[in-house]
Amino acid sequence: MALSGLDIFKLLPKTNCGDCGVPTCMAFAMKLAQKKAELSECPHASEEATAKLGAASEPPIRLVKIGRSHPLEVGGETVLFRHEKTFFHPAGIAIQLRTSEGNERILKKIEEIENYKAVRVGEELKADLLFITHDSQNHQDFLKTIDLVKTNSNKGIILDCPDSAALNQGLELLKEDQPALLLRGELQDADLALAKKYNAALILQGHSFENLSSQTIKAKNAGVANLLLNLEAQNLGAYLQNNTILRRSALRKNFKPLGYPLVSFIRGENKFDQMAQAAVLLCKYASILVLPGYDRAMLYTLFTLRQNIYTDPQKPIQVDAAVYPIGEPTPQSPVFVTTNFSLTYFIVSGEIENSGISAHLVVVDTEGQSVLTAWAAGKFGGAKIAKFIKEIKLEEKVKTRKIVIPGLVARISGDLEENLPGWGVIVGCQEATDIPAFVKNVKLT
Amino acid sequence: MVFELPKETNPGKVREVTLGATPAQGGTRSQAITIGGSTALPFLFFEGEHPHKPVVAMEVFDKMPSKYPKILLDYFGDVIDKPAEMAKRCVEKYGAELISVRLEGTHPEKGNRSAAEAVEIVQQVLKSVSVPLIITGHSHFEKINEVMKKVCEVTAGENCLINYVEADNYKTIAASCIVYKHTLVAQSPIDVNLAKQLNILLTDMNFPPERIVIDPLTGTLGYGLEYTYSIMERIRNEALAGDKMLAFPMLVTPGYESFRVKESRTLEEDYPEWGNLEMRGAYWEIATSMSQLMAGAELLILYHPKAVDVVKKKILEMFVRQKGGP
Repeated sequence: MALSGLDIFKLLPKTNCGDCGVPTCMAFAMKLAQKKAELSECPHASEEATAKLGAASEPPIRLVKIGRSHPLEVGGETVLFRHEKTFFHPAGIAIQLRTSEGNERILKKIEEIENYKAVRVGEELKADLLFITHDSQNHQDFLKTIDLVKTNSNKGIILDCPDSAALNQGLELLKEDQPALLLRGELQDADLALAKKYNAALILQGHSFENLSSQTIKAKNAGVANLLLNLEAQNLGAYLQNNTILRRSALRKNFKPLGYPLVSFIRGENKFDQMAQAAVLLCKYASILVLPGYDRAMLYTLFTLRQNIYTDPQKPIQVDAAVYPIGEPTPQSPVFVTTNFSLTYFIVSGEIENSGISAHLVVVDTEGQSVLTAWAAGKFGGAKIAKFIKEIKLEEKVKTRKIVIPGLVARISGDLEENLPGWGVIVGCQEATDIPAFVKNVKLT
Repeated sequence: MVFELPKETNPGKVREVTLGATPAQGGTRSQAITIGGSTALPFLFFEGEHPHKPVVAMEVFDKMPSKYPKILLDYFGDVIDKPAEMAKRCVEKYGAELISVRLEGTHPEKGNRSAAEAVEIVQQVLKSVSVPLIITGHSHFEKINEVMKKVCEVTAGENCLINYVEADNYKTIAASCIVYKHTLVAQSPIDVNLAKQLNILLTDMNFPPERIVIDPLTGTLGYGLEYTYSIMERIRNEALAGDKMLAFPMLVTPGYESFRVKESRTLEEDYPEWGNLEMRGAYWEIATSMSQLMAGAELLILYHPKAVDVVKKKILEMFVRQKGGP
């Protein structure tokens, strides 16, 4: 049973000491009730409070951090469908390095991954983690690979090493790095000791829900709570169902032993197969996806999908307010104006492009609202558009003095002409799909 | 603490819709295809029934689409203006389970071909392949009504999927589908309530509900996919919760939406971080398709042969009831 803020407040010390980072015990209680804080942040919590709040005060899926300077945070999710609220922590993309690949190839791969950076709708897209698999005979290879990664990258590291002596030495190199360890077999006491000594998260693998649960209970009883889960699956259908059941157990049944972020491995027979698997598991609940190799096209596709799935549905994606060239416009090319709601921008720019002409597309900041909504909210009126056009000094960039506005806001044309002396306003079509026909039939400059 | 399988049983069920007709059913197709019928979220066999697997169609054209990219011309360049031959290749070589004939060339701004020409092309395709057909139109109401009326008439009994009607233009085409026994796509712009409203309008004119497929309007990856994805998830959740006016199979069009975006034509030299163009073009359709399958798509129209191949394989892989699985 979830406790209310007031129930929780009664169990707190009520000293308002602020040691938890929140000014009052009441405010802290409210945060606990909303699962935005954990009881462990209060250094003075009584044993009674810990016992009673234990289960109720933790978020249903634990937030786990991997890495040193800017650790990747995964988990902490509260819903099964993004439309119910949002998915909070974008899945981490990990790329596998195998020690058998040899130092030279590994170094080249690390450098490529490190240099990879794409930008899409204002978001910087990069791989998040490096996943080191020790699959060669010599354990020096493993240490060398860790050294290469540490020297050339500051991404978080996951270790997959079947040789316990090599693993121990490897972890010595990563004392400050908050790495994660993949356990190939069932959780042992020695694993727990390593996790504690090196502040490492553990990725537990199991063959059944019960088996995974018993491992997480064992870890938690030993004081190791930074866990991630992977339930072995024969094929993609089983993987999808397993991930769904794990996430649902945690969220709908509040079943704590499975309330941890999920790791999914992509092991397709070819790259198209890998892409398909990665897309499914990204949508359905992987918090970390481990890719077998570095492929820029796959990364870019996957990052774009991640951006789509993890975008907050309540906050529309916005593009930057600016003048965008469509095709290869000259100063004589026509000028269109629209809002900065990403979907509006994509559709309008796409249709202008489809019409075969080149143009300047002026995108006004409407806080991500679409044309009619923005107009109704007073964010897409004549004065506002005119002000922006002056700010960006459009008159210096183009020779034309005609501007095409969306047909849905025909009524602002007078207002815009008034605020923009010397310019003529052309009322465009109402639907973007009609732009190709519109530009054929209307003189735009 | 004992683990219990978090099974959720749903009161609702997605309607079963059959596409195409065999000679015994009044058509000429070698087999009809049924989609829908699920009582749980996509591919979740541990808690519900999924009597029919999602299917993959490919598309041919009465007129080569402007901007048709090189990555697809490599596969279809020699047949792109021969729809019957292209259909044959899609089915026999690439495994298309249905063929969509897109009649964009009848649009007054895009060729203004006559209804008679459209009929001719549809008949050629009907002859060249034996899979069920989808007839895909455009947004010029007056013209498409004229074209679809004729197409419905000459294909009477074939149970084509007539794609599409929308709230502002549904009566003429829906009436033709009733008379000539075709199935219909109800398209609405990325909105649960508008989707429901159109289905109500159609059933109010006695359109048989077992002949309706919903198109929630696909946005491709990076271009509004997140809206489509969530609207589809909401539609499917409502359907399973018992809303009969949303309990229809869903059509998505990753091919048509993906081939037009710049990711399908931009060279790696220009944007190195976007990676290899040939791979990216296929990935884009694959990622769009797989995510829409997760959201409830039952019928996908794809363009890229590599995408068709892998999407079909993955559907099968997810469609096997797991032995000893959950």
